[in-house]
Amino acid sequence: MTAPLLRIDGLAAWYGQLPAVRGVSFEIEAGGALAVIGENGAGKTTLLHSICGLHGAATGDVVFAGEQLRGVAAHDIVHRGIALVPEGRRIFPSLSVDENLRVAVDQHRRHRGSSGTGARQWTRERVYELFPDLRAAAHRGGHQISGGQQQMLAIGRALLSEPRLLMLDEISLGLSPAVVKVVYQALAEIRADGMTLVFVEQDVRRSLAFSEHMICLHKGTVRLAGPSQASSLDEVRRAYFGSPAR
Amino acid sequence: MQLFETLLNGLLLGGLYGLIGLGLSINFGTMRVVHLVHGDLIVLAAYFLVVVLVPWGLPPLAAAAVVVPLLFSVGWAMQRFLVGRSLGRGVLPPLIVTFGISMVLQNGLLLWATADARTLQSSLSSSGVQIGGLTVASVRIVDFAAGLACLGLLLLLLGRTALGRALRATSDDASTARLMGIDPRRMYAAAAAIAAATGGVAGVLMAATSTFYPSTGSATLLIAFEVVVVGGLGSLTGTFLGGILLAMAQLLGARLVGPSYAQLTGHLVVLLVLVFRPQGLLPRTAP
Repeated sequence: MTAPLLRIDGLAAWYGQLPAVRGVSFEIEAGGALAVIGENGAGKTTLLHSICGLHGAATGDVVFAGEQLRGVAAHDIVHRGIALVPEGRRIFPSLSVDENLRVAVDQHRRHRGSSGTGARQWTRERVYELFPDLRAAAHRGGHQISGGQQQMLAIGRALLSEPRLLMLDEISLGLSPAVVKVVYQALAEIRADGMTLVFVEQDVRRSLAFSEHMICLHKGTVRLAGPSQASSLDEVRRAYFGSPAR
Repeated sequence: MQLFETLLNGLLLGGLYGLIGLGLSINFGTMRVVHLVHGDLIVLAAYFLVVVLVPWGLPPLAAAAVVVPLLFSVGWAMQRFLVGRSLGRGVLPPLIVTFGISMVLQNGLLLWATADARTLQSSLSSSGVQIGGLTVASVRIVDFAAGLACLGLLLLLLGRTALGRALRATSDDASTARLMGIDPRRMYAAAAAIAAATGGVAGVLMAATSTFYPSTGSATLLIAFEVVVVGGLGSLTGTFLGGILLAMAQLLGARLVGPSYAQLTGHLVVLLVLVFRPQGLLPRTAP
C-alpha cells in the first residue's frame, strides 16, 4: 500500500484564543479528490490555510510526500508542491491577466525543481487552452474581468506553480451555474492529468459527485468522513449542521 | 518672457523634486509605510559625495556611481534589520522606527560633518544655457534628465521584469503573493533598496543644485511627501508630475510674490490640488 500524498494528523488551529480547527485528521492518495464540506464558520478555509502555511497558529502534523510541512512558510510550501486557489480568487488587480499568470511562472522558474504530474508541464499556453476565455482577456487588468474569468485565472495561476496537490477554496462562490460548469469541466481535465485535489464547495451535491472521498466539518471537527458515495444525504445533512445522530 | 523662463526652470527643477518623491512612492506603494527617513537618506548621499568622495579626488560622476550602490545597500540593510521587524503590527511601529532612524541620522551627520552649509562645487552648478532666448541653470537640465531617466528605468523595472511583477503583486496582496512563492520580506527589502538608490541619485543632484545641512532631510521629506500625495498614491508617473507641479508653483511664487513666498506658494498649490482632486493627479487604476 503506497503512502498517502498528504497526511493530516490532529491538526488544530486558533485565532487568538478561539479554536477554528480542532484535531482534524485525514489522508489523501496521489491522484485522489477530497471534498471538504461544512457550513459557514466550520473551519474549512482555516484548514486549507493551515495546510498551505498561510495560517501560522496551528499544531498537529501536515505531512506531504513524506515531508513535515507544519511551520514551513507559505512561499516555501508552494515550491514543495501544494498550491491554493484562495476563496474570493484574490487576483492581483494592478496586473493584467497575462501578468497574473507570469508571476507564478517567474517564481517557479526561480525554484525549478518541483515537478508536476502528467506528461506535460503546465505552461501559460496550456492554461489558455484550458480556459480560452482568458486568452481573449490576456491584456486586460485583473480587476476588469468577470468573476468567472477571475476564478479561471486563479486556477491557471495555481497550476503554473506546478503543484502535485491543488487545493481550491469555495470554487463556485459567486459564479453563475454556466460558469461553474465550465470550471468543473476544466477541473475534470486537470484531474485526468493526475492532479490530486482537495476542494471546498458549498454545493454539497456537486462536491460529492466530483470527489472520491469527503470530510464534513462542524465547528472545527470532523463529523463525517469517508467515500463520497457511501454516506446518505441525510447523514451528510446531520453532520453538516451538527445535528445529533439518530 | 521672464514668466516662461520661470516655468521652464520650474519644469526642470521638477525633475529633481519628482526624483526625491520616487523613493517614497516605491516604499509606500509596496509596504504601505511612510518612510520618515527617506529625506535623510538623500541628505546622507549628498554628504557622502561632498565630504568623503569628492575630497578623495573622485570626479563627481564617478563619485555618483559609488553613492548609488552604497545607498542601495543602506536601504536594504535598514529594511532587513530594522524597519522590517516593525511591519505587520499596525501603522505606528514603522513610523516610530523610521522617525527614530531619521533622528539618529540627522544628529549623526551633525556630529560628523558639523552644521556648516555644504554644496557640490562644480562647473555645472554655476553655468547656464540658453534655450530659445530663455536662460536655465545647467544643473537643472541634468536634474530633469536624471529624474526622467530614473522614472523610465523604474517603469521598465516594474512593468517588464519578473522582480517588477513580484513587487506589484506584493503591493496588491502580500498574502496571495506568498501563495505564488513570493517572500514579502524579500520584496520589501528590494523595494527599500531601490527606493534608497533613487534617493542616492537625488542626493547627488541635490548636492549640485543647492546647499544642504544635516537638517535638510526634514524639508526634503516634506517635498517627497507632497509630490507623492499630489501625484497620486501608487503612481510613479504621478509622483514625477507632482514634482513638476510643486517646483513650478514654488518658482512662480518666488517670481510673482517674493523669494520668501516660494515654500508657501508650493504648499498652497498642493492644498488646492487636494481640495479639487483628493485622489491625486494619476491615482492607481486598481480598486
